[in-house]
Amino acid sequence: MDLVEFQGKQLFGRNGVPVPPEGSVCRTVDQIVAAAEQHLGDGHGAVVVKAQVKTGGRGKAGGVKLASSVDEAREHAESILGLDIKGHTVNIVYVEPASDIAEEYYLSVMHDRVDKGHLVICSREGGVDIEEVNRTNPDAVVKRKLTPHETVDGLATDTAREIVAEANLPEEVRDATADLLVKLFAAYKAEDATLAEINPLIRRPDDSVIALDSKVSLDASAAFRHDGYTEWQIEGLEANSPLEAEAQAKGIQYVKLDGQVGVLGNGAGLVMATLDVVAQSGGQAANFLDVGGGASADAMAQSLDLVLKDPDVKSVFINIFGGITRGEEVAGGIIEATKRLGDFPQKLVVRLDGTNADEGRRMLEEADLPSVIPAATMQEAAAKAVELAGQA
Amino acid sequence: MSIFIDESSKVVVQGIGSQGTFHAKRNQDYGTKVVAGIHPKKGGSRWEELDLPVYASVKEAVEAEGANTSMVMVPAPFTKDAILEAYEAGIETIVTITEGVPVHDMTEVYDAVVRRGGVRLIGPNCPGVISPGKSNVGIIPADITGAGNVGLVSRSGTLTYQIMHELAQAGIGISTCVGIGGDPVIGTQFQEVIQAFADDPDTHAIAFVGEIGGSEEQLAGEWIRDNIPDTPVVGYIAGFEAPPGKQMGHAGAIVKEGGPGGESAAEKKEILEGYGISVALNPSEAAQLMIERLS
Repeated sequence: MDLVEFQGKQLFGRNGVPVPPEGSVCRTVDQIVAAAEQHLGDGHGAVVVKAQVKTGGRGKAGGVKLASSVDEAREHAESILGLDIKGHTVNIVYVEPASDIAEEYYLSVMHDRVDKGHLVICSREGGVDIEEVNRTNPDAVVKRKLTPHETVDGLATDTAREIVAEANLPEEVRDATADLLVKLFAAYKAEDATLAEINPLIRRPDDSVIALDSKVSLDASAAFRHDGYTEWQIEGLEANSPLEAEAQAKGIQYVKLDGQVGVLGNGAGLVMATLDVVAQSGGQAANFLDVGGGASADAMAQSLDLVLKDPDVKSVFINIFGGITRGEEVAGGIIEATKRLGDFPQKLVVRLDGTNADEGRRMLEEADLPSVIPAATMQEAAAKAVELAGQA
Repeated sequence: MSIFIDESSKVVVQGIGSQGTFHAKRNQDYGTKVVAGIHPKKGGSRWEELDLPVYASVKEAVEAEGANTSMVMVPAPFTKDAILEAYEAGIETIVTITEGVPVHDMTEVYDAVVRRGGVRLIGPNCPGVISPGKSNVGIIPADITGAGNVGLVSRSGTLTYQIMHELAQAGIGISTCVGIGGDPVIGTQFQEVIQAFADDPDTHAIAFVGEIGGSEEQLAGEWIRDNIPDTPVVGYIAGFEAPPGKQMGHAGAIVKEGGPGGESAAEKKEILEGYGISVALNPSEAAQLMIERLS
């Protein structure tokens, strides 16, 4: 799961990574004005009003603005709250005392999927798109790969010093930056992050370095040892549909998409393939939903209920491959689920294959459910579901 | 022949709860030589459902039963330690079915086990391995396929069964099917499985099922081009319609926004086709392509 800036800074702060003076998390114009008043009154020359959304490019989109007066803060509050940044609506704004910036650098620690280790990236050129720097001036970007056994006791201070020296950071900030990097690495490990990025890392006039921004991704699989990450779940950050939030709460693997054909299948790979086949039949899937290996009546009813709640869904494609769960069990689940859900206008195109699929199909035919249309193959089912979605 | 598991595989099961027992029993019924269950607190007792001994540690099972293969089905929080235990006990093939293992745990395991060599780790988050007629270690439904000469390797479960089933209906059997798993860090990569198939005299053709995310398919494709250009290879990459930045069920199935590139299905298809590999747009087409190549 991705954190927004202020959450990332909280995570940094509690792991000893220096961050700016604590700001205020606001949801209304009045709160933003009050926060600006307070921070300016505390002797800070200016505040930064920053949109908190889970996407990049906030500055370019007008989501980050400097205010040196309360009136200015009010103006920014009005323009930023409700702003749409790449499909994410700004509901939360962070008002932070502005920091004096002498220089900007880049620093990150991330999980390296290709080499199965950790990757530290450091650059003297920060505050800009690091991928762009990497393209135009690769020599300015230092990448250091680290294996788990090299970092059993954390990132060694000597290694951190080597990295910042290699990135040619000014002599005056090398010790402080190396120290910060050691702590950033520790935070990345301790919090089960897959990414801990600081862009920019700033040098202040007194040669101290702090994280002016944060981008943190946490490993969802590690939630069990972090209290389910409940501390990071706050309202107003769900950039996605309320249906995704509901699915998450129910433990259903669901992704909202843009089409009209609701999709439900067993197994992530098979569901992805189902989306592909729907598109190749000239339609578009309304969602991804993996009902899981078993496809029991309970799982089926809950999943189908979720898919049908989406007002965009005009037809549903249920794609099940019976493996260990036999065809007749799957068919029983579908029959039971449709009974439980009562009346709904959409047709369900059901394609059952695999173990005892014939038996399952026979059961569906005998049940003679008005909403269920059986199909023999994935292609046939997709074509039918797309056709029905077009008619609805 | 076959790869990774066969008649000589003597299997212990780490994680003998209801799921572990259910699948282990199926494997045993299929003819797999399951030799023992492992439970730290139930050593010395009997695993009634399979009529087999339970040992407190993998090491004991290796010593007493000559076990050389482990199926790991313990819950995710204990998976790292279970794999390390199997490795320390000298198990040669570790098949990890468990889903939801933290990335940092698997990164450590990869370092401590796979990088040191001498062991074959499959998974986690995978359906297992089957060499039809010989051995089935995992949760793959054995009755949808038979023995043959196509090697199948996949990041997915049911999608693999789908292709296996379609091949079976056309009378085409499998030498071995390897589910390598849908996580970002897995023990055995596409390329290693394909190399093993290339060395197996009974594997005449290879089908693979990839997914969005990562670049393992491309690495395998490059190897195929350079080493086995004449072997029929057919593939499918699931997720042409997956939007960037969204995780599609599997932890590793995500096209990272602003990521390294080459992670989308369309990009992978293009790259692989550049290596001379046929890549289908859907699983049925992949099966059809294989059927055509072999007839």
